[in-house]
Order: sequence, then structure tokens, then C-alpha cells
Amino acid sequence: MPPLQLSLEGDTDVVVTRQFNATPENVYRAHLEPDLICQWMAAWPGWTMPVCESDAREGGAFRFEFEGGEEGSFTTTGEYITLTPSSLIVHIERMHMPDPAPDSHVRTTFEASGTGTLLTLRMTLPDAESRQGMMDMGAADGMELSYSKLDEIMS
Amino acid sequence: MNDSPAPNLDRIFAALADSTRRAILLKLTDGDEGVMDLAAPFDMSQPAISRHIKVLETAGLVTRYRQGTHRLCRLAPDTLGQIEPWLDMIADRYRRKYNRLDAVLETMKPSQKGDN
Repeated sequence: MPPLQLSLEGDTDVVVTRQFNATPENVYRAHLEPDLICQWMAAWPGWTMPVCESDAREGGAFRFEFEGGEEGSFTTTGEYITLTPSSLIVHIERMHMPDPAPDSHVRTTFEASGTGTLLTLRMTLPDAESRQGMMDMGAADGMELSYSKLDEIMS
Repeated sequence: MNDSPAPNLDRIFAALADSTRRAILLKLTDGDEGVMDLAAPFDMSQPAISRHIKVLETAGLVTRYRQGTHRLCRLAPDTLGQIEPWLDMIADRYRRKYNRLDAVLETMKPSQKGDN
């Protein structure tokens, strides 16, 4: 797999691209169906998703709760804006740690590419002040700590 | 939307590739300063320092503002200090999530391919 690419566009947009060895349909479904989401969206070893609700309709809501034991916990909620099967997900999300951070707008496209799928995720960054606040909250929750610990394990 | 962030990075690195300009940035980490005060430690004319500040300003590293009759310089932390850790955090999070997603997709293949 080619590595994940991340670039900044303008002052507020982050674009992430990643190639997957699966059909656009399956990559799309793995983003929307709770029993699939809960298997991968907790990014760190030891973290679980005790709550994983996804009402995959335009206007439908989702709620993901992440539990990391001593490392902390947080919740992400959001709403689906546009859903085009196997092709496009536009949604809004916010993290609660526990106070809600400002909304992020996320547009994810799934395109057939070679024998797999090219995923492109465009996220509009919150303003500088909100970013700093979320970084501080992340650090307070021990997420920074777990990142550096993981880097040691995986390097 | 800016299609080419690269020129910005070029300007930032060009601005940082000068010891006088790095010294100016370091001084500004202690607080905002006027051009006269910034020029004081250097054996350089005020116009020369002003040109250095202009380069830093163009690169988005320093902003200038007026306070009474004084023009003061301020570090623009957004360019260097705040975007970078945020991007690192996002990249790290998605890298880990997508590595796990690879494994999930692997399990979907035999039974669920082409399933509408």
C-alpha cells in the first residue's frame, strides 16, 4: 500500500489520500455500517468503541464513543449531509472531551483506482484558537502520550 | 483555495535561511518589538533590518501593526507553531485508522464483494 498522503490547501483545508486494496463499495460501507466501523475507527491499541451508532441516511446522525482506559475517553458526534453509495460521504463532526469542540466539515470520496480504491478525505480545519484548544485537550487526555509510546513500539 | 502551497513553504524556508532573520524571530518570542528595538543588537542600519522584517512578513512569519505612533512587529504563530502539530495529529490518527481498515476490508472480501 502506498503511504498516506497529507497536504494543506489554503489556510483551512487538509487533504488526506490513501489507496485501499478493496472495492469502492466495500470501503464506503466500512465507513457507514456500525459493525464494520467499530472494528477500525479506534485508532490506538487498547482503545475500544463501546458505543458505535450510525444512522446512515442523509440528515442521519452518528455517535462514536472511544474508551482508552487510563489514557482517557472521548466522544465524536456528527451528521451525514450527503451520501452517494460507493462514491461520496459528506458529514459534519465534532469531538467532545467532554465539552464539544467546533464542527469540522469532512468530505470523503471513494474512486476506483487500479484494482482498488483511492480514498480522498478533505477536512476543513477549525480556526487557530480552536485547534490549540483541541490540541491542549488531546494532550490532557494522554493522547499525545500514547502517540509517542506507540511510535516507540512501531518503530 | 490555494492550489499550490509549495511556494509558501519556499518563502518560509528562504526567510529562515538567514541568521539575522532567525535572530529577529527569536527576539520576538519574548514579545512584540518595534523596528528600532529589533535593530539595536545588530550592526545594521534600520532600513536593512526593515528589509529583513519585510521578508519575514511576506513569508507569513511576522505581522506588523501600529500602536500609537509606533510600528510593532509580532510573531505570526499560525505559520509555524500551530499548523504543524495539528497536521501531525491528523496524519497519525488517519494512518492508524486506515491501517486497521485494511484488515477489516480483507475480511469483507470473500463474502461481501459485490453485495449491494
